[in-house]
Amino acid sequence: MIRFEGVHKWFDKLHVLNNINLHVRSGEVVVVCGPSGSGKSTLIRTINDLEPINEGKLLVDGKDLSDKKTDINKMRAEIGFVFQQFNLYPHLTVLRNITLATMKIRNLSRKDAEEQAMTLLKRVGLPEKRDAYPSQLSGGQQQRVAIARGLAMKPKIMLFDEPTSALDPEMIGEVLQVMKDLALSGMTMIVVSHEMGFAREVSHRIIFMDFGTILEEAPPEEFFKNPQHDRAKQFLKQILSPMH
Amino acid sequence: MIGGLDFSVVRDNLSYFFIGRYPKGPLGGVGLTLYLAVVSLALSFIGGLILGLLSVSRNRLLRYGSMAAIQTIRGMPLLMVIFWMFFLLPAMLGGGMTASWTIIVALTLFTSAYMSEIVRAGITGIPKGQMEAAISTGLSHGQAMIHIILPQALRNMIPSFVNQFVSMIKDTSLAFIVGVSELTQIATQINNRTMLYPTEIFIFIAVIYFIICFAFTELSRWLERRLAYRKAI
Ligand SMILES: Nc1ncnc2c1ncn2[C@@H]1O[C@H](COP(=O)(O)OP(=O)(O)OP(=O)(O)O)[C@@H](O)[C@H]1O
Ligand SMILES: [Mg+2]
Repeated sequence: MIRFEGVHKWFDKLHVLNNINLHVRSGEVVVVCGPSGSGKSTLIRTINDLEPINEGKLLVDGKDLSDKKTDINKMRAEIGFVFQQFNLYPHLTVLRNITLATMKIRNLSRKDAEEQAMTLLKRVGLPEKRDAYPSQLSGGQQQRVAIARGLAMKPKIMLFDEPTSALDPEMIGEVLQVMKDLALSGMTMIVVSHEMGFAREVSHRIIFMDFGTILEEAPPEEFFKNPQHDRAKQFLKQILSPMH
Repeated sequence: MIGGLDFSVVRDNLSYFFIGRYPKGPLGGVGLTLYLAVVSLALSFIGGLILGLLSVSRNRLLRYGSMAAIQTIRGMPLLMVIFWMFFLLPAMLGGGMTASWTIIVALTLFTSAYMSEIVRAGITGIPKGQMEAAISTGLSHGQAMIHIILPQALRNMIPSFVNQFVSMIKDTSLAFIVGVSELTQIATQINNRTMLYPTEIFIFIAVIYFIICFAFTELSRWLERRLAYRKAI
C-alpha cells in the first residue's frame, strides 16, 4: 500500500529523513514513535505530499508520488489526514466541515453528503453536534469530527499525526476509542503517537525513529519486551515511567 | 447666526451641495462624492482581491510582477496618479473619458494597491493548518482558497477595508483638481461665487465628510458583529 525506497528529505541543511525504507501493507496498523524532532511528522506528511521528498522513491497505492503524471489532488482524496491541532474549519458547522470535500470532489448531492456525514457523526458519537461550530466543541470532540471529516472521503489510508497530544487527559480515551474501532475495521493506518496502550492493543508494528532514520521496527510485544537499541530503551523508559 | 457665523449661504445652496444640478443637470456634490467612492470601492475591492491573490500566488512571475506593481503605486502620491490618469488615459483611449471616470480609474488603481496588501495580510494570517487540512481532503489549492481561506480571511479584513474606504471617501475630494463637481468642488464654486462665507462653507462640508465617514465606520462595526464566529459557550 505504501512503500518507501531509500527516501531522503532535507530542510535546507537539516537531514530530516535519512534513507527511509518501509513497506506498509493494506490493512496494517503502524505506530510511529521517537523523540521530538526525529522526523515522525515529516515522515507521514510525505505520504500525502504535504512535504515532497528530495530523493528516493515513494509509492502510495501503486503510484509514484514524484511522478509528474500522478494527480496529487486525487491521491490526497484517498488518504485521510488527522492533525495534532485538529484544523477544523472554524467558519463552517460540523456538518459542513465533513460534507465540503465530498460535495466538491465526490460530487455527492447535499442530501447524500449530509446523510453520509450523519452516519459518520454517529460512528464517532457526535450526531447531536451537526450544527455546532468547532469553537463550541471540546478538543476531544473536535478531533473526532476531524476523523469523521477524513473518513468521509472513504480513504484507503488514514494518517494520524499525534492526534491526542493536544488533548486534556480526560479526552484522550474517547479519541483513541474511535481510532481503535477504525483499526479493527481493517483500515490501513499510520499513527504517530506516544500512546503505548493504543500501540500495544491494536498496532501490528511499531516503528522507532531517531535522527531521521528508522532505528527499530518490530511487533509491539517484541518492541516493548525487548528493544534492540539503547536509544529505544531510553525512550521507552522515559515514556512508560509513571512520572511521565 | 451661530457664534457670529452666517450659515444662510449653506441653506440657500443646500440642494446644490447635496446633488449638484441634478436632475436637470449632472449629479454633483455629496451625491457625486458617494457615487465616486462607491464605484471606486467596488472596483478596488475586485482589483485588491486579484492583486492580493496574485501576490501570494505560487507562480514566481505572477508573485513578483504583482508585488512590483503594488509597490510602485504605493510609492506615488494619489495626486500624481490622478494627473497621470488625467493626461494619460485620454491619450491612450483617444479621449472620450469623462473626468469622473478618470478619477474612478485613479482611485481604483491607487486603492487596489492598498487593498491588495490587506488581502495578502489576511490570507497569510490564516494558520497554515487550514490550507493543509483542505488540500489533504483532496481539494485543489484554488478550491481551498475559495472555500476555506478567503471566507475566513475576508471576515478578518472588514475593519481594514472600511478604513481604506473611509480614506477613499476623503480622497475623492482631490477630484476637484480636475474639475469634477463633487462636494469639495461645489464648495469651492459656491465660495468663489459668494466670496463672503468661506468659514461657514468649509465647516459645513467638513461636517458632511465626518458624518459620511462616521456612518460607514459604524456600519462596519455592525457588520463585524453580525459576521463574528459564534464564540465558545
Ligand atoms: N517546514 C520546516 N522547515 C524547516 N525545518 C523543519 C520544518 N518542519 C520540521 N522541521 C525540522 O525537521 C525536524 C523534524 O521535524 P518533525 O516535525 O518531523 O519531527 P517530529 O518527530 O514530528 O517531532 P515532534 O515529536 O516534536 O512532533 C525538526 O528538527 C524540525 O525542527
Ligand atoms: Mg511531529
